[in-house]
Amino acid sequence: MRIGLFVTCLVDGMFPDVGDATVAVLERLGHEVDVPLAQTCCGQMHVNTGYAREALPLVRRHVAAFAGYEAVVAPSGSCAGLVRHHYPALAEATGDAALAAAAADLAARTYELSEFLVGVLGVTDVGAHYPHRVTYHPTCHSLRLLRVGDAPTRLLRAVAGLELVELPAAEACCGFGGTFALKNADTSTAMLADKMRDVLSTGAEVVTAGDSSCLMHIGGGLSRLRAGVRPVHLAEILASTAPAAGPPVAATAVSAAARAVR
Amino acid sequence: MTRPAVRPDAGQASSATFLGLPAVVPPTAPRGVGMLRGDEPFPAAARRALADAQLRHNLGKATGTIRARRAGVVAELDDWDRLRAAGAAIKDDVLAHLDDYLTRLEEQVVARGGVVHWARDAVEANRIVVDLVRATGATEAVKVKSMATQEIGLNEALADAGIAAWETDLAELIVQLGHDRPSHIVVPAIHRNRAEIRDIFAREMGAAGGVPAPDGLTDEPRALAEAARAHLRQRFLSAKVAISGANFAVAETGTLCVVESEGNGRMCLTLPDTLITVMGLEKIVPTWRDLEVFLQLLPRSATGERMNPYTSMWTGVAPGDGPRAFHLVLLDNGRTATLADPAGRAALRCIRCAACLNVCPVYERTGGHAYGSVYPGPIGAVLSPQLAGVTDNPSLPYASTLCGACLDACPVAIDIPSMLVHLRARVVDAGRGTGRPPSAERAVMAAAAWTMAKPGRWARALRAARLGRLLGRRRGAIGRLPPPLASWTTSRDLPVPPAESFRDRWSRRQAGDGLGSLREGQR
Amino acid sequence: MSQATPRPAGDARAEILARVRSALADRPSPAPVGRDYRTAGAGSPSLAADAPRQASLDLLSRRLVDYHALVRRVRLDTATGDGAVTSGAGADGADWVDAGKAGGGNAIAAAVAAALADRGVRRLVRPPGLPPGWLAGAAGVEAVDDEPALTAGELDAADGVLTGCALAIAETGTIILDGGPGQGRRALSLVPDYHLVVVRADQVVAGVPDAIARLVTTGAAARPQTWVSGPSATSDIELNRVEGVHGPRTLEVILVS
Repeated sequence: MRIGLFVTCLVDGMFPDVGDATVAVLERLGHEVDVPLAQTCCGQMHVNTGYAREALPLVRRHVAAFAGYEAVVAPSGSCAGLVRHHYPALAEATGDAALAAAAADLAARTYELSEFLVGVLGVTDVGAHYPHRVTYHPTCHSLRLLRVGDAPTRLLRAVAGLELVELPAAEACCGFGGTFALKNADTSTAMLADKMRDVLSTGAEVVTAGDSSCLMHIGGGLSRLRAGVRPVHLAEILASTAPAAGPPVAATAVSAAARAVR
Repeated sequence: MTRPAVRPDAGQASSATFLGLPAVVPPTAPRGVGMLRGDEPFPAAARRALADAQLRHNLGKATGTIRARRAGVVAELDDWDRLRAAGAAIKDDVLAHLDDYLTRLEEQVVARGGVVHWARDAVEANRIVVDLVRATGATEAVKVKSMATQEIGLNEALADAGIAAWETDLAELIVQLGHDRPSHIVVPAIHRNRAEIRDIFAREMGAAGGVPAPDGLTDEPRALAEAARAHLRQRFLSAKVAISGANFAVAETGTLCVVESEGNGRMCLTLPDTLITVMGLEKIVPTWRDLEVFLQLLPRSATGERMNPYTSMWTGVAPGDGPRAFHLVLLDNGRTATLADPAGRAALRCIRCAACLNVCPVYERTGGHAYGSVYPGPIGAVLSPQLAGVTDNPSLPYASTLCGACLDACPVAIDIPSMLVHLRARVVDAGRGTGRPPSAERAVMAAAAWTMAKPGRWARALRAARLGRLLGRRRGAIGRLPPPLASWTTSRDLPVPPAESFRDRWSRRQAGDGLGSLREGQR
Repeated sequence: MSQATPRPAGDARAEILARVRSALADRPSPAPVGRDYRTAGAGSPSLAADAPRQASLDLLSRRLVDYHALVRRVRLDTATGDGAVTSGAGADGADWVDAGKAGGGNAIAAAVAAALADRGVRRLVRPPGLPPGWLAGAAGVEAVDDEPALTAGELDAADGVLTGCALAIAETGTIILDGGPGQGRRALSLVPDYHLVVVRADQVVAGVPDAIARLVTTGAAARPQTWVSGPSATSDIELNRVEGVHGPRTLEVILVS
C-alpha cells in the first residue's frame, strides 16, 4: 500500500523523531511510505481558533498535497480528526465543488496511526521491544472524534517487554486544547495538574499518547516539576526494537522520489 | 421594531456567506436585562474561581457523583443511541417548522381555556408577567425553578414592581437566600456544600420572612430538606399566583409538562388560582408520542434517575383541578436569532439536562459563575453567545478544549465542539477591523498562515526556529518565553527545538546521504 | 435594542412568527424521525415483550423499593376476588400481605387496613370514585371526602390519602395519576404527607412508550396528570438523592396481582 505520511507541522518542526518512528513502523510492516513535501500544516490551529478564513489556503494545499495516496497516515488523532471531520464542511463552505469533492475524498482516506495499524492493516504486534513501565493517555480527539477505541492499548500490550499501567481518569482531557492552553492558561493548568497527579500515581517511567501536542503539554508540566516521567509518542514506542534483533530495517522501500515541492 | 434587524455583528457580507448566515437575521436578546452576559471575560472569571479550593472540591465531588449515576442508568437502556437520535430528529423537525408548531400550540392552549402571550424579548416578557400578577391583586408569587425566568431576570422585574417572588426549588432557595447566583442548570447551588447550605439556612430563613430554620439545624441533607419544607409550607398553601417554566409543550394538544423532584413544582402548578408559565419558544414537541422519547432521555441525563420523582402535565384549565387561570408566555429573546444560523441552531435542541456540564473538564474546575450567563458549561458556551450575540460573549466559545465529552453526553446529540469552532469563527469575523480579538493574535495567525502557505517559507521558518535552542541550553528545556507564549511557560516547559526539522531530515534521506537507518532501536 | 420603546403587544405574535420564517430562509429539511427505539409493545430493557404479568409486577416492585417507596403485595384469587396470600417479605424487598391476619376476606382491604394501621393514619382523604371495598377493613380510620373541595389547609391536616391510579410503568417504577375515578384532583395526592396507592396488575405496562400509547388511546392525555416515581426527593445537596421535601414524604404502594 502506498502511504502518504501526514507528518503534521508540530512533528515536523518540534518532534522529528516521531515522524521517523512513524515511517519506520510502516516500512517495517512492508509498506511504501512517502512524504509529500508540499504539505505544511492542515490548518487546525487556525480553524479551531476561529480563523477558518485564514486556514482555507492551507486546506487547499493539504488536499492537493495528498491527492493520489491510498492512505494518509498521521501520528496525531487531532490533525487526522480535523481532516476527517471538518475538512468536508470547510471545503463545502467555499462553494468550490471540486475542492469539496477532493476534501471529502481525502477525509475518507486519512487515518491516525493506531487506527490505521489495527483497523486497516489488522496488525497489533508490530515487532516492537520496549522494556519500560508505560502509562497511556487517550487523547480527546483520538478517543471521541476518531473513536480509535482500544487500538493504541492493543498495540502497546503487544510490545515485548512493555509493562502497561492503567492511567486513572484516563479519558479526562489534559487541558491542552490548542490555543486554549494560552487563552485559558489558568484552567488549562488546573486540568494539567490533575492529569499529572494521575500520571505520577501510576509509577510509570513513560507516559505515551498518540498526539505530540498533548504530550508536549503533559510533558512540559512534568518537566517543570522535574518529575522524571518521560513523554514518548506511541509511534516511538512502536518503532523501538531490541538492540540484538538483527540489522535494522533500512529504508529499502522508499518511494523513488518525494513529490515535488510546489 | 417591526422588521428583523440586520445583524449588528454580521461583519462583511463575504464572511456571513462563508459562515452560512443569512444577511438579515432577527435581533439578539437585549442588553441591560436578564442574565445572559458576564461582567468580565471567561478567563478572568475562571481565574478567580480556580483560586477557590472549596469550590473546586464541591464541584469535583458533585460532578463525580452525577457522572457515575448517569452512566449507570444510561447503560440500562439498550436503545439509548436510538432514543438519542430520535430526540435530535424530533427537535430538528420542531425547529424546521417552528412557526407551524407555535400556532398549533397556541390554538390548542386557547381552545382548552388558557391564554397565550408572545414576548419578543426579556423586557416584554417581564412586563407581561408583572401585569398579569398585578391584575390578580397579589403582591407575591411562588416560583418553580425555571431557566427562562432566570434568563430574563424576572425576579428583579417583579421586585421592581413591588411583587415578591419566592423560589421554591431547594437549590433555587439556597441561591435566593444566599443572595447568590445559580451556577448549574439543574442544580443551581451545586457550588455549595452541605455546611455552607446549613449556614445560609440558619442565617437567612427567618430574615427572608418565612419560617426560620430550627435551632440546632445540622448539615445532614435530610435535615436541610426538612427545614426547606417547613420554611415554604404555609407559603405554598396560601399562594394565589405561581410562575413556572416548562420542559415541554405538546403542540397537538396544548399540554405543558414540568419535570421535577421535590413536589414544589406540583405545589405551584396545582394549588394557586393563577398559573403563569414562561417558556422559550423552542420547548415544543409536536405530539404526545414524542414525550416517550424525552421522558426517557431527560431524567436519566439530568439527575441520573430512571424517572424523576414528579412529572406534571396539564392542558389549559381543568375545571375543579388546579388553577382557574392559565397564562402561557412564549419567549423569543434571541431564540430566532439562534435559529437563523444553520450551524448554530441545533443548540435549540437543548432540553436543559446539564449532562454536558457534569462531564465538562472546564466546568468541573471553574464552576458556572465564570460563564457569566444563566446557561453555563458547554451548552452555555454555545447558547449564550447566540442568544445575546457573539460580540457580547466573545470569550465563551473559547472556554473549551474541544475535548468532546459534552457531545458524547448530550441526549439530543448537539455537536457542541463543532458549534464552538463555528462560533469562534463568528467572533473572529465579527471583530475583523475592530481590534477584537486582540490584533496581536490576528497578526500571529496571519503570519502563521502566510508562512505555512508555501513549503519553502515553512522550511525556512523551521530552520530559523532552531535559534530557540539557545533558550534551552542550560536545562535542555525552555522554561520562559516572551508573550504571547509566556502563558505557556508559567506552568509548563517547552522542549528545545530539534537541530533539524523532519522535512530536512527526510530530504537528506531522499538525497541518499546515508541517513538510511531511521534510528531503529535507539530507545 | 429598543427595550425603552413601548411596542404594541399585538405586534409581538406577528413579529415573532416573521422572525421565525426569516430565520428559516434556508429551508432546512431535517432527517425524518426514526422510531427504531423500543416502542410500545416492544417490552423494556428489563422486561421482554412477552414477559408474564408477574414479571412486570416484580420489576415494578423492585424499582419502587429502589427509590424507597414502601411496597405491599397482595395476590387475588381471580375467581372470587378473595385474597390468596403469602406472608413475609418477598425477595424484591416488598412485604407480602397476609389477609388472614388482617381479618378480611378482601385482600386489598386487608392490605390497606394494615398499611394505615402501621402508619397510624386516623384522618384519610378519600377521592371521589374510590372503590368502597378498599376501606372496608380500616377500622378507626375517618375518611374525609373531597366533596365539597377540601381547602389546602384541610388537606394538610389529614394524615394521608388513599388513591388508585391510571397506569404504572414497571421499568421506571412510575405511577401515573390522571384524575380518573378513585384518584381525585392533583392536590389530593400532593398535600397529605402520606400517599397510599393501589396498583392493579392490569394497570402495569413495561416502559414509557407503553404508558404514553395507553394514555393517548384512552383519551387521558389531555387530562391533568401526575407521574410519581417514589416519594418526594431532591438531589440539590451535593447531588446526593435525599427523600422527603415538599411532596408526600412517604409513598406506599399496594401491588395487586
